[in-house]
Amino acid sequence: MTRTCLRFLKAGAVAVIALLTGTQAKAADEIRIGLIYPLTGAAASTGLELKAAAELAAAITNGEIPAPPGLAAAAGLPNLKGAKLKLIFGDHQGNPQVGATEAERLITQEKVVALVGCYFSNVTATASQVAERYGVPFLNPESSSATLTQRGFKWFFRTTPHDDLFVANFFEFLKDVEKKKNVQLRTLGLFNENTLWGGETTKLEVKLADEQKYQVVEKILYPAKSTQLTSEVQRLKAANPQVLMQSSYLGDAILAMKSYKELGFAPPMLLANDAGFSDSEFLKTLGHDGDYILSREVWALDLAERNPLIKRVNDLMIERNKISFTGNSSRTFTGLVVLADAINRAASTDPEAIRKALSETNIAGNQIIMPWKGVKFDATNQNELGQGIIVQVQDGKYVTVWPFELATKDIVYPMPAWDKR
Amino acid sequence: MTFNIVLQVVVSGLLIGLIYALVAVGLSLIFGVMDIVNFAHGEFLMLGMYASFWGFSLFAFDPIFTLPLTALLLFAVGVVVYRTVIQRILTAPMLSQIFATFGLMILLRGVAQFLWRPDHRLVNHTIVDGNVVLGGIQFGLPQLVAAIGAVLVTGGLWFFLHRTRLGTALEATAIDKEAATLMGIDAQRMFALAWGIGAGCAGIAGALLTTFFPIFPEVGADFILTSFVVVVLGGFGSVVGAFYAGILVGLIEVCGGFFVGPAYKTAIVLSVLLLVLLVRPRGLMGRA
Repeated sequence: MTRTCLRFLKAGAVAVIALLTGTQAKAADEIRIGLIYPLTGAAASTGLELKAAAELAAAITNGEIPAPPGLAAAAGLPNLKGAKLKLIFGDHQGNPQVGATEAERLITQEKVVALVGCYFSNVTATASQVAERYGVPFLNPESSSATLTQRGFKWFFRTTPHDDLFVANFFEFLKDVEKKKNVQLRTLGLFNENTLWGGETTKLEVKLADEQKYQVVEKILYPAKSTQLTSEVQRLKAANPQVLMQSSYLGDAILAMKSYKELGFAPPMLLANDAGFSDSEFLKTLGHDGDYILSREVWALDLAERNPLIKRVNDLMIERNKISFTGNSSRTFTGLVVLADAINRAASTDPEAIRKALSETNIAGNQIIMPWKGVKFDATNQNELGQGIIVQVQDGKYVTVWPFELATKDIVYPMPAWDKR
Repeated sequence: MTFNIVLQVVVSGLLIGLIYALVAVGLSLIFGVMDIVNFAHGEFLMLGMYASFWGFSLFAFDPIFTLPLTALLLFAVGVVVYRTVIQRILTAPMLSQIFATFGLMILLRGVAQFLWRPDHRLVNHTIVDGNVVLGGIQFGLPQLVAAIGAVLVTGGLWFFLHRTRLGTALEATAIDKEAATLMGIDAQRMFALAWGIGAGCAGIAGALLTTFFPIFPEVGADFILTSFVVVVLGGFGSVVGAFYAGILVGLIEVCGGFFVGPAYKTAIVLSVLLLVLLVRPRGLMGRA
């Protein structure tokens, strides 16, 4: 009886060892990375773009296509002796529950060594909880809700700047313009939609304005689904701010612009918080009535004029996928580059080693395709060198006007009145 | 606060109020004639907007010129909806009627998303583009044209209902279907007519709206809540009541938003509605 038992145990031990060495052998030539994105559903078109960007980064790292010189991780993974990245995709369909399930599947069944995703902030929140529980590094390239890195997670890293940083950028931008144009931009009008995004933005704008001695002369939260914004615009017009800061989705951004024109409201500066104002439909519908607005952005194609690396990588993207990078896909690409760099430095597929290497990341701004000063994680694992850019619509096109060292065009200030265009 | 600003706010309120009225009169008419609440009314408006948009983008026809066509098209849509959906549920319980028009709303919205994508569109150039500046106050020409359109349509509808034989027959059916039938009026035809006119009004409203409002599949949802408020405030079934209530709602919304605060504009409108219903449950001009 005891003998059979022992024999069973022995056989079991042998099997376990075989299995373990088996996965080890596999890990040596193939580094499995799980990516969770919306590949079906309403955001599928974006999800597929992100997938293409991630695959381009992997192909460059794996040496399948010649790497653009100067790009971080372009040398592949020399410390892992010719190992290749293998990307395994999960589809979260825009649903936080599905995102968590996919994270679990990728970790437990696909045995990935790290997770990347998820574009939607709310899905990133749930999926990264799963990674935290299993002790697997989670790299988030493109979700911008500030709270994600305020949870005290050990395994969660974010390369993109978050919403609070973007708002802080507005005030740096105002200071820079004041200096450059020798003007005073001290009165602000805040005009934000009234859900979580606009509400949080308003709070932060008020706080920063107070700290930096700007005067908020009007503060309006409005419902994005409105039949008219007349009373709002009348109040803004009466308050007459020098700078109008606006957070709107597409429909209300269009309606607001129409109302400005109708009621003859043209503040010297309209500083928009991305979203509706940088939607590809915004200029298509408004045409030249959209001219001169400023919007924060994370990326712009004209950055390539100043940075040859961006142009080279974008050319590869066009060659492979027939599309240019966007603010979203460029960040996904950069996320993969950062992860590959960390895995190479870790020289291991052990999650703890990768986590440690990630936290020691220090990539210079000229090695990535983003308008950032670089990638370096702070104590909360948030990239502290990220920054946004400010674009302006000039002659029907978005052009980069800030930071001044990256700008391709000078900023047009003040915004001309409607009857003088 | 100068007199000019106050005047400007009042004019803006009046203009948007007339547009609310135009959307609501059709809804009120349908309810008045046959006691069915048409939840798909906002979608009729949406179809009217898309009809104008496609006329503009495919054939470069101005929405103002195609307005009669849009009205006719939506009249036909209204009649077809009546004959295929509503006629079958006339004697059904009220809940079935509600769900039928509610389902129609979801169907039309879904079809629009499927066929025309969920994007926002805009008619960029119309003959009514531009602004009107009148002694210190300023407003859009498209809004003014839409407001005049609202006055004409409501006036025309009133004339039709009270001064023509067909209209009187419609009114008679609304007041007492059995008695009207005994007098030789074909109630089925009258109902179909009511749906046609109701949808046609939404079509006209849609055509006028396209000159200044973005077009997208859910656009009806933005307007339908206000329309219901207008219809209830004006008195269910009263076309003239809906007209006055629309103006009132627009004025309250814009003035309240300006003087009290934009965050409260809807709350103020709904408070006024509650107050009116407390004092006069049948609305301003509703039948007892």
